[in-house]
Amino acid sequence: MSNTIHDMGGMHGFGPVVAEPHEPPFHSAWEGRVYAMQRAMGFTGMWTIDGGRASLETLPPLTYLAASYYERWFLGLEKRLVAHGLVGDDELAAGRSLRPGLRLNRKLTLEDAKTPQYLRYDRPAAAAARFKPGDAVRTRNLNPTTHTRLPRYARDKRGTVEAVRGCHVFPDSAALGAGDDPQWLYTVAFAARELWGEDADPAIRVSIEAFEPYLIPA
Amino acid sequence: MADEHHPHDDQHGSELSEMQLRVRALETILTEKGYVDPAALDQLIENAETRIGPHIGARVVARAWSAPEFKRRLLEDATEAVNALAGFDPVAAHLIAVENTPQVHNIVVCTLCSCYPWSVLGLPPVWYKSASYRSRAVIDPKGVLSEFGVKLPPDTQIRVWDSTAETRFLVVPMRPQGTEGWSEEDLARLVTRDSMVGTGLAKSPGEIG
Repeated sequence: MSNTIHDMGGMHGFGPVVAEPHEPPFHSAWEGRVYAMQRAMGFTGMWTIDGGRASLETLPPLTYLAASYYERWFLGLEKRLVAHGLVGDDELAAGRSLRPGLRLNRKLTLEDAKTPQYLRYDRPAAAAARFKPGDAVRTRNLNPTTHTRLPRYARDKRGTVEAVRGCHVFPDSAALGAGDDPQWLYTVAFAARELWGEDADPAIRVSIEAFEPYLIPA
Repeated sequence: MADEHHPHDDQHGSELSEMQLRVRALETILTEKGYVDPAALDQLIENAETRIGPHIGARVVARAWSAPEFKRRLLEDATEAVNALAGFDPVAAHLIAVENTPQVHNIVVCTLCSCYPWSVLGLPPVWYKSASYRSRAVIDPKGVLSEFGVKLPPDTQIRVWDSTAETRFLVVPMRPQGTEGWSEEDLARLVTRDSMVGTGLAKSPGEIG
């Protein structure tokens, strides 16, 4: 689902932004464990980063809003582990393993963990980029029921290509387990007035990182 | 924070102990099944708490302020420039540096979740992941900046970067006045995390004493 509560850009009502002085990386030990389990299970390659995001975005809206960040990570991780057959609902209820685990392609070792792992998402391009910096484009009016990285506030809007960022894994496909489906990625900038109407401040511009299938020539 | 619970909020105490139990149970299951090594999890947590953080970004910015050729490379290809810096693990990927000028102030958000340049800033703070910041940074960036106490000349252009892909943005704040001849080490002390997200400015020499 894409038109869900996670797509928050432009919403009202959440109040002021409150920063916490001297905030620690984790507020409680369990947050660190959730963070680490998420990273370690992501390393196994059983799902993609976009599949992981989709599992958070499809949490029920009330659950999503009521949960803290790492609570959401935990709920998404549980959901994904069950969906991939790695853990059973009965095991979550029992709080222990009731049967042997599946065989993984790879498992994060202590040595792996000592070396920071940063994945790359750029891929060889099958065709030349359709747009270049300076091109006027319009975002498509897409409302897929599956994962997308085109936020609602930036759909069907006229903008300008500012930069070509290379060819990358296409999240909309990867989240479905449909492979990398590499697509060109662009920085597309919009005047705030195009996004929010004529009362918006003319001194503000907003950009998104837009994959080529989101764009048409304007 | 409207949508976040904190362990020191007493009213959420029972909820959190339930989370502690559930998280412990899940780690037990994953360990028993051979999916995770608890020692590797410990290491990941230690990395997040001690190895990555805004001190890395601060050194990148201080170098950019001091060395025009490095700044040129950073703005052209931040991944390459940061990974080539001596003393850092070559960890950045898809990193893009954007420069504040007297004309343009940059601010970074991820409206869809929490995309953030971990390799140079560490884990994002709670406010960056909050519903208030994610919802408002794109529609009311000036209001958000004023809540952070950022005062800019009225004719400054504001540029918001919504991190909707794997590209990650690092703001290069403006170098404060009165820092001519400073060493990179001293300059780095002026570079705050918020100044590299765009919700702050670099400190002035008087602020660090």
